[in-house]
Amino acid sequence: MPLNHLLFRNIVKGHRTEPAPASDAHAAAELARGAPGAGLGRSLALRVVDCGSCNGCELELHAATGPAYDLDHLGLHVVASPRHADALVVTGPVSANMEPALRRTAQAVPRPNRVVALGDCAGDGGCFAGTYAVKGGVGQILPVDLHIPGCPPTPTRILAGLRALMDRER
Amino acid sequence: MMMGRATLMEVLSLGRPVAGARPWPRVVLDDRAWRALVGHMAVADWVLLAEWGGPDEVHVALRDEETGEIAIATRASADRRFFALGPVRPGAIRLERAIRDLWGLAPEGLEDQRPWLDHGHWPVHHPLGAASPPQPARPYRFLAAEGEGLHQVPVGPVHAGIIEPGHFRFHVQGETVVRLEARLGYVHKGISAAMAGQTPAGAARVAGRVSGDSTVAYALAFAHAVEAASDCSPPPRAVWLRAVLAEIERIANHVFDIGAICNDAGFPLALSEASLLREMLLRANESLFGHRLAMDRVIPGGLACDIDEAGAALLAATLTRFGKRFQRLVALYRDTPSLLDRTIGAGVVAGALVYRFGAGGFVGRAASRGVDARKVPGYPPYDQLDFVIPVRAEGDVDARIEIRIAEIRISLDLLARLLAGLPSGPVAAAVPRAAGEGLGVVEGFRGKILVWVRLAEDGTVAQCHPHDPSWFQWPLLEAAIEGNILADFPLCNKSFNCSYSGVDL
Repeated sequence: MPLNHLLFRNIVKGHRTEPAPASDAHAAAELARGAPGAGLGRSLALRVVDCGSCNGCELELHAATGPAYDLDHLGLHVVASPRHADALVVTGPVSANMEPALRRTAQAVPRPNRVVALGDCAGDGGCFAGTYAVKGGVGQILPVDLHIPGCPPTPTRILAGLRALMDRER
Repeated sequence: MMMGRATLMEVLSLGRPVAGARPWPRVVLDDRAWRALVGHMAVADWVLLAEWGGPDEVHVALRDEETGEIAIATRASADRRFFALGPVRPGAIRLERAIRDLWGLAPEGLEDQRPWLDHGHWPVHHPLGAASPPQPARPYRFLAAEGEGLHQVPVGPVHAGIIEPGHFRFHVQGETVVRLEARLGYVHKGISAAMAGQTPAGAARVAGRVSGDSTVAYALAFAHAVEAASDCSPPPRAVWLRAVLAEIERIANHVFDIGAICNDAGFPLALSEASLLREMLLRANESLFGHRLAMDRVIPGGLACDIDEAGAALLAATLTRFGKRFQRLVALYRDTPSLLDRTIGAGVVAGALVYRFGAGGFVGRAASRGVDARKVPGYPPYDQLDFVIPVRAEGDVDARIEIRIAEIRISLDLLARLLAGLPSGPVAAAVPRAAGEGLGVVEGFRGKILVWVRLAEDGTVAQCHPHDPSWFQWPLLEAAIEGNILADFPLCNKSFNCSYSGVDL
């Protein structure tokens, strides 16, 4: 019975997804300085790779895929295989132990593609920069098209950054 | 060698106590006394809390279950070796493999000679000990399983979905898992190295990022350790508000776990509901404390945030709404037979194994081991609050969900009392600059988190070691999945929800 009750409530009350934030101006400016749009279209498939994150970025990425923010309704979706991806979303300072896996994952993504560094660690290593075990950001390994800062970035910020990426690809 | 019944402190009386170690003693043992300690551990009811290294010493934190005494024993190891605990406490095996990788101290008598955290990609060998040039990586030999029709399924380190990286090697016969072995260490980022030399405030930021989902609990354990080491008392208001943040974190993680477990059983509606419930708490955190996960709010000496009366009332109202909606999620779970069919009887952990490995948190409490650091050893303000520790005996996925449900209700009740009784006054005290050692023990949502810190004369962090409860839970996942079908692994794995970042360090 609770199942029917819940489904009925959701139908009557409407969906829970909130209006998405506008495209992030800083992100748009950063993308404008980089490579021109590759015409990936209005829907982007994302492959998320954790390269040494504390899992804070993963929590907020989960929230961004959840009903309140709902990445999917913007045309963004997280895919299980790099072979299905248009963009890699990389978190963490890139641990030395994940570097080979990151390179192999990147090689498996069809070209053209985009690389997003998500979170402060993915930018420059964050508070782990300089240890023997990290490379100090995704840019040390792959060319990065967009950095979404924050520790961790909020779902709103993630959405706004990814919208800028989609605008560029239109 | 002294044998027969002896308490932990009696055995440690053979050693030399270290001055300035608080709140529990640390005792340095020579090789003979260390071996005697290990000999006693084989028969004594002493729980292994954590084991870690130093440049030329090995530390083990133990609790005597009969007397309740906690102590750290140290083996000064100038010869770069020590008698291993692994043979008498299997939970120590991976810890000792990590000690060998990081500090270059050899655990004598440890059968498993494979590296753990060192995958052969670091620019140095033994980075925290006597560092030497790197050695070429050798192929990792997974434990074998032999028999007709067996095949291997390698999974990871990059998984499908938004998950932390790790490698799982399955041996399966048809659908049935015969053996699982995990290989972790992929997110090792040198946390001890990142903390060394920092001020307590700087190192607290790193402590809050050992495992992001437990950021409050880690920052709290680190603060407890620094406050013990420097003899600093946080003001009462900070102590109570810290508990508010910690209980919100516990609920937010538990509720999302419940949804995610159901999702892995093919029931995404529960995950949607749970995500919205979690979001309520994160938004309250953001509006009241300035950060959705409350990162960097707990600092040594107290708190970096405060709330006014209106804020406390708003939070209380949010929690009441949360409680009502949470009831609907619980009813949804309990009244969906097709879902219960997947969770009941799946991924059973034997109570004997839980005790053998000293596993806590919902993994331990779902299999008869009723431990909670808020009660034992206990810390304020929980010593002033009456609450129960839920325990189940089944040890299956359903029991781990039910423990989480019970704990959310208890935490909601605790929060109501915490918010009603908030003491007034400041929320932070100055941390004196002084040398010392401290150990902090805090109950995170996964279980007992330990942080040990040694402060130098100038008050900076000389060494810090965080210990995640997942160290003693990951090996049990391997036991829980045995005999289940491979397709139930995500379900079982999520019901454990062990931290990768927390154990990879």
